[in-house]
Amino acid sequence: MTLRARETDVAVIGGGPAGLAAAAAAADAGARVVLIDRNPHLGGILNQCIHDGFGLHAFGEVLTGPEFAARYVDRAREAGVEVHSDTLVAELTPERELVCTSPGSRSRLRASSVVLAMGCRERTRGMLRIPGPRPAGVYTAGTAQWLTNMENIRVGRRVVILGSGDIGLIMARRLTWEGAEVAAVVELLPYPSGLPRNITQCLEDYGIPLHLGHSVTCIRGRDRLDGVTVSRFGEDRRPIPGTAFDIPCDTLLLSVGLIPENELSRRAGVQLDTSTSGAFVDDRYMTNVPGVFSCGNVLHIHDLADWAAEEGERAGRAAASHALEGLATGGRSTLATITAGEGIRYVVPQAASKGAKEVLISFRVGAPDQDRTAEVLADGRALASETLRRAHPAEMVQMTVRCADGLNVDRLEVRLQ
Amino acid sequence: MTRKKLTCILCPNGCELEVSHSGEPTPETIVVEGHTCPRGIDYAIEELTAPKRTLTTSILVSGGTQPQASVKTACPIPREALFAARGELRRVVVDAPVAIGEVVATDIAGTGVDVVVTRAVGRRLNDTSRPER
Repeated sequence: MTLRARETDVAVIGGGPAGLAAAAAAADAGARVVLIDRNPHLGGILNQCIHDGFGLHAFGEVLTGPEFAARYVDRAREAGVEVHSDTLVAELTPERELVCTSPGSRSRLRASSVVLAMGCRERTRGMLRIPGPRPAGVYTAGTAQWLTNMENIRVGRRVVILGSGDIGLIMARRLTWEGAEVAAVVELLPYPSGLPRNITQCLEDYGIPLHLGHSVTCIRGRDRLDGVTVSRFGEDRRPIPGTAFDIPCDTLLLSVGLIPENELSRRAGVQLDTSTSGAFVDDRYMTNVPGVFSCGNVLHIHDLADWAAEEGERAGRAAASHALEGLATGGRSTLATITAGEGIRYVVPQAASKGAKEVLISFRVGAPDQDRTAEVLADGRALASETLRRAHPAEMVQMTVRCADGLNVDRLEVRLQ
Repeated sequence: MTRKKLTCILCPNGCELEVSHSGEPTPETIVVEGHTCPRGIDYAIEELTAPKRTLTTSILVSGGTQPQASVKTACPIPREALFAARGELRRVVVDAPVAIGEVVATDIAGTGVDVVVTRAVGRRLNDTSRPER
């Protein structure tokens, strides 16, 4: 049976900070907006991020994750966004037709613009290939966060955390408050991957040891985890013989990276950048599929929800303008490419429309350093430069390139001097 | 002269502060460098004299659409009161519905600070309020 598709101007997939902000911005711009979210409650991962530190950029005050989410939920509702919770987008076609399923129903929606805001998921044990048996007690940090903060389930008594990403650090403090003993945080890299303030307020406050340049080389236990083996790693990222030591624990949390959730995008023909695992986008956040936009953690992993929401706003405005005006003027304008040069891990967007007066570029550096100058070069000439007092891969950097007469080069490159 | 390095925790920038003082640390004797906004000075002085943190945790909700509601101390409390405050909140159960900002405990752990809800939890109507999957 074929169902007739409903029509709308903008469909937003995902109701976390990026999707909510995109939906509100698109509706404010005059578009009819449908927001689809697979969870029963809007807000995405923010609902389980009950710690504070959100909102300083977006609202000028310190909020917890759920409070930050509630602001954007209100904003979206006030803007007149039509919300479909408990609804999963099972399919997205390059013609921007969505197949949606929800308990007891299935529907089709055709949108002039689609905003991808599905967020990301955590890397798991399987992706790390840690040897040893498969006892209970090994969780991703986000799962442990969900169980602790939302379900009132105690994950364990003596905990080791592998990876020093922010979620792992936040959970080290959280589980300490809950009465668990966090025996160690173990990080393969020679520097922490979380924000410096989280090292201070989550580890140092409680005397939790951080083993840099170390990783878990074996997991032990039959039914329940009873310990892990930790070894020092060399620059070749291999364990150094003779450095192994055991840490008894009943719980191992993995905070070893996030991966944009792009299955739906891929099936719609969206091209992905291997350095971000997110879409290639232009300065309007449009992917290679005309009318399909991407923002937030599905585009690239953000360290702050504030930035994800801001990016959502920009993508939402662009999606509305594409739906309301852009279809008449045709698809994509001519593009200049933006590439990551010396010392830069990735750039977003990876292209900018020629004639653009202003292009905002988000990027990450490749390694920690101090007092480096980041510059944006156009055909060898510096269009913008900024000194980074502290350059760190954990901290996204944004720079704006302004071209009064409109961008008229073929290639921009971001690099460290 | 006592010198110390601190990481400011007030915003994601996490400025690295160089703090020094001769004699006892007091607001008059403490010298702060490395801050990029005035709040860095306040943070360093507080950190050396009476460090404070905000407690964020969850409490039990009865009759709600979810088993727990997240809460926070309305402002930072002395660091040494964190565990006592968490302990007191373990015994708090509120009836749904609860709204953001609702006070669920006052003078937590003797600090004079309120604890407020950070996520609204609705009342569970009955078990069929959500369609079966």
